[in-house]
Amino acid sequence: MMTEGAMTDKAMIAARDIHKRFGALEVLKGISLEVKKGDVIAVIGSSGSGKSTFLRCLNHLETIDRGSIEIESETLVSTGGDGVCRYAPDAAVQCICRKMGMVFQQFNLFPHLTVMQNLIEAPIVVKKMKREVILPKAEALLRKVGLLEKRDSYPSRLSGGQKQRVAIARALAMEPDILLFDEPTSALDPELTGEVLRTIRQLAEERMTMLVVTHEMAFAREVSTQTIFMDEGEIVEARAPAELFAHPEHQRTRAFLEHML
Amino acid sequence: MDYLLQIIGPLLTGTVVTLKVFFATLVLSLPLGLLLAMVRISQCRVASGIVNGYIWLMRGTPLMLQLLFIYFALPFVPVIGIRLPSFPAAIVAFVLNYAAYFAEIFRGGIQSIDRSQYEAAKVLGLNYGQTMRRIVLPQVIKRILPPVSNETITLVKDTSLIYVLAMNDLLRTANGMVNRDFSTMPFLVAAVFYLAMTLVLTIVFQRTEKRYAVYDD
Repeated sequence: MMTEGAMTDKAMIAARDIHKRFGALEVLKGISLEVKKGDVIAVIGSSGSGKSTFLRCLNHLETIDRGSIEIESETLVSTGGDGVCRYAPDAAVQCICRKMGMVFQQFNLFPHLTVMQNLIEAPIVVKKMKREVILPKAEALLRKVGLLEKRDSYPSRLSGGQKQRVAIARALAMEPDILLFDEPTSALDPELTGEVLRTIRQLAEERMTMLVVTHEMAFAREVSTQTIFMDEGEIVEARAPAELFAHPEHQRTRAFLEHML
Repeated sequence: MDYLLQIIGPLLTGTVVTLKVFFATLVLSLPLGLLLAMVRISQCRVASGIVNGYIWLMRGTPLMLQLLFIYFALPFVPVIGIRLPSFPAAIVAFVLNYAAYFAEIFRGGIQSIDRSQYEAAKVLGLNYGQTMRRIVLPQVIKRILPPVSNETITLVKDTSLIYVLAMNDLLRTANGMVNRDFSTMPFLVAAVFYLAMTLVLTIVFQRTEKRYAVYDD
């Protein structure tokens, strides 16, 4: 049995030398990243820098061309000495990816299901959980994101911020070890981003392991344990946010931050 | 009035034949259409191509020709040649034909569901079958209700084609009476019966649409 202390040092995500191209366009040029338990990694960078693609490679929404990804020491994909990229068998891939939840820019709630049904669908269908077991958990999650009173509403009746909070609760209902956020506030009106960021901040305080692709610089600076700046398919800088924002080492980082702040 | 009472019994008998063909076709062609649509959108190019050709064949020739072929010509086809009685022959022809149309309706519906729904289901751990059954198809139903209701209403009237197999459906029964009694009254009654059937269908589909209107996409 592993103790809690030992778990802390184990890498939740270990990505090495990830390469990915769409046709002639090389979008990831050798990305390596290690995420430890409780880390909150903010990934910043301009549009087209490859940050969303990187996130989507981690949970197999995109396949990589070269490199390796391990999730909690289980190999999702690896590249042999022959340079050929091999994924784990389908069943193993599904099992490994279930350790990660994901929140999308466009929420991607299921429009034909109520808020509560959105939360309990996957636990019932995938985990074969009993309704009476998952219902109280789902209620607790909705209470946590402040939307219990919306349990029987359909997503189309919710504001953008509410939709995104439901999406976060839906991801949490599967009890993932890691949460991936793909620009969770980019589709929201400015006055609605706060409620979503508060929810993510609350998760950070609970030591949830998270990878957040974001354009919210203030959020990255205040909440992340490490901020990564990506540009043209590469990680330019990966440092504690206080250092990265105060003293960016690279010219590209400086230019980006000056433009954003 | 007496004449009306006299013809209504046989016309009702004819209506039963019409309804039998209608329901048998609907119950069998909808699932077959869904199956064809799934194959049509599958990654397997050969199977998809075969279904594509099948749909072309079924939509490209008259339903009456298909009826005549299955009843009169199929017995002489080598290997698969079998002689079907008129009712099964009619059902086979109608099901094969309507499944092709339903397949295209299903395909359009399935392809109208955004890729993001598949991604959301995938990151929650649902496999392809679960995603289709629980996430995609329930949303497809809402979107395809109007075209399916169109086809279904057309089917009610298309059933009258079975007269070419000498089956006594509503229209053939009425036509026989008109020729026998030199009265056009049976046509009027038949028209009322058809209208009644399509009215029921219209109401059923409108209610279903209303039920699905509780959510917006």
